[in-house]
Amino acid sequence: MTDLPPSYPGQKKLGLVIDLDICVGCHACATACKEWNTGGHMAPLPDFNAYGDDAWGVWFNRIHSFEEGDGDGARTVHFPKSCLHCDEPACVTVCPTGASYKRAEDGIVLVNESLCIGCKLCSWACPYGAREFDADAGVMKKCTLCIDRIYNANLAPEERQPACVMVCPTKARFFGDLGDPNSAVSELVATRGGADLMPELGYRPVNKYLPPRRGRMRAEDRAPAPLTALVAEAQRESDAAHPLLRWVDRLLSR
Amino acid sequence: MHPALSIVFFTTASGAGFALLLLLGLAVPLGLLPESSGFGFLALATAFVLTAAGLVSSAFHLGHPERAWRAFSQWRSSWLSREGVMSVVTLVPAAIFAIGWIFFGVTDGVIGLFGVLAAICAAVTIACTGMIYASLKPIHQWHNRWVVPNYFTLGLMAGFLLLDLLIRFWTVRPVWTPLLALLTVLAAWWTKEAYWRFIDTTSAPSTVAGATALGSRGRVRMLESPHTQDNYLLQEMGFRIARKHKTRLRLIARIAGFVLPALLSLIALLGSGMTAAIAAALAVLSAALGLVVERWLFFAEAKHTVTLYYGADAV
Repeated sequence: MTDLPPSYPGQKKLGLVIDLDICVGCHACATACKEWNTGGHMAPLPDFNAYGDDAWGVWFNRIHSFEEGDGDGARTVHFPKSCLHCDEPACVTVCPTGASYKRAEDGIVLVNESLCIGCKLCSWACPYGAREFDADAGVMKKCTLCIDRIYNANLAPEERQPACVMVCPTKARFFGDLGDPNSAVSELVATRGGADLMPELGYRPVNKYLPPRRGRMRAEDRAPAPLTALVAEAQRESDAAHPLLRWVDRLLSR
Repeated sequence: MHPALSIVFFTTASGAGFALLLLLGLAVPLGLLPESSGFGFLALATAFVLTAAGLVSSAFHLGHPERAWRAFSQWRSSWLSREGVMSVVTLVPAAIFAIGWIFFGVTDGVIGLFGVLAAICAAVTIACTGMIYASLKPIHQWHNRWVVPNYFTLGLMAGFLLLDLLIRFWTVRPVWTPLLALLTVLAAWWTKEAYWRFIDTTSAPSTVAGATALGSRGRVRMLESPHTQDNYLLQEMGFRIARKHKTRLRLIARIAGFVLPALLSLIALLGSGMTAAIAAALAVLSAALGLVVERWLFFAEAKHTVTLYYGADAV
């Protein structure tokens, strides 16, 4: 049934915490996700025309990049986005067939591919764009929170976590039980002020995002005036020059 | 939102078909329409063909049409499932009403009750269609109080225009069908204008800052997309071609969907014989074009919150 399982205090809610302060936007999590899941529970994750123009493929994790603020205080923020395994997942309740479901035991939102009719309504109901249609199989696919890793007795205990978390070279991703207020991830969310995405829609996402740290603006963080002047001068001088010369000019001007 | 032609056709055709069934189920038992079984056959067959064509067309956009029967199972939580169930449930009293009327010439008593029951079911089905869209919170242009009234009045308008055309094969000068056709065209026009005013003057509570939990440093804007090529999300939810043609398309919808059908219904009301019949036929054709454009816009103008992650500031 696409009814949601009854909720109770202390319920297990497995999810991710993503540290926007640390993420460097290397896309390793997206690549590792694609690699694991194209052979995992929702396999395959098809690609069409992968090496030509108009490449098109199914990904469960995509890394967006944003700019926040203007001038000296501005910052580039890399923003990985995958399924947030919401507490109120409308993608589940809108499903007409019962293919979409939320697991009572750990809160993971999954799709039963053999029931899916491919009506795409769940992808319309998800505000975050977590679901992607497999045009080859004609069914909807989504992040499984690597359900075939986290409970996989064939893996060493330290590897029983989602592929995206395992691979992250800067440790910007954390996996754990966000329903337990004493878990490491919950404490991290509490101390760093972890936030929900689009809380106004009432989906109550389980995954949390840690905001970039405020940090003080130090004098050396500002672009030094001589450098700015140099760049401007180099640009003036090389406006008419050959691109190669312009590049050499800029290189030598450093 | 991507305006899939199968869904545009489905919602307009089945809306008109269920509305026609609604009108027949209410008006025939009350003795307001010709009771001849020939008229019953023509009118009910029109309603049935429109609803069936719409439902078949909607199955075409499925990834697995052969599993469509599974969509009847989740009526407790899903408006799409409820719509599927109701459209089939409606067929039961409608079929009894049709058999009684067409084969036995009976339109009152128990058969009449089945007509009324079919009318009620048809009304619920139209409401379910509207609720599929109105229940989707990520789309401000759908998740509002105008969507269900729009589906109702636009469906009723199509139903009355069809009825006013069909009745002319039996009645030389019908009075109340062209009058009510005219009134429902005006009502539909009013709700559509109210809907357009609503989506033009309000915006979704969600912004790119809320979508990214950023913004404490100032303005948030996309620097780089996650990928260089299109993806499913952008093709399905990021449809944008229509917006620059929005004004012109709205004008077409207004003129073809409301202005011309209203004028033609007025001619049908005041005129008689062939002139009125031609006017009623042209009103149906014009309204059909207008409704398809209107429904196409309903999708094309709808902005999904996922576009906030791909460069939209607001939805």
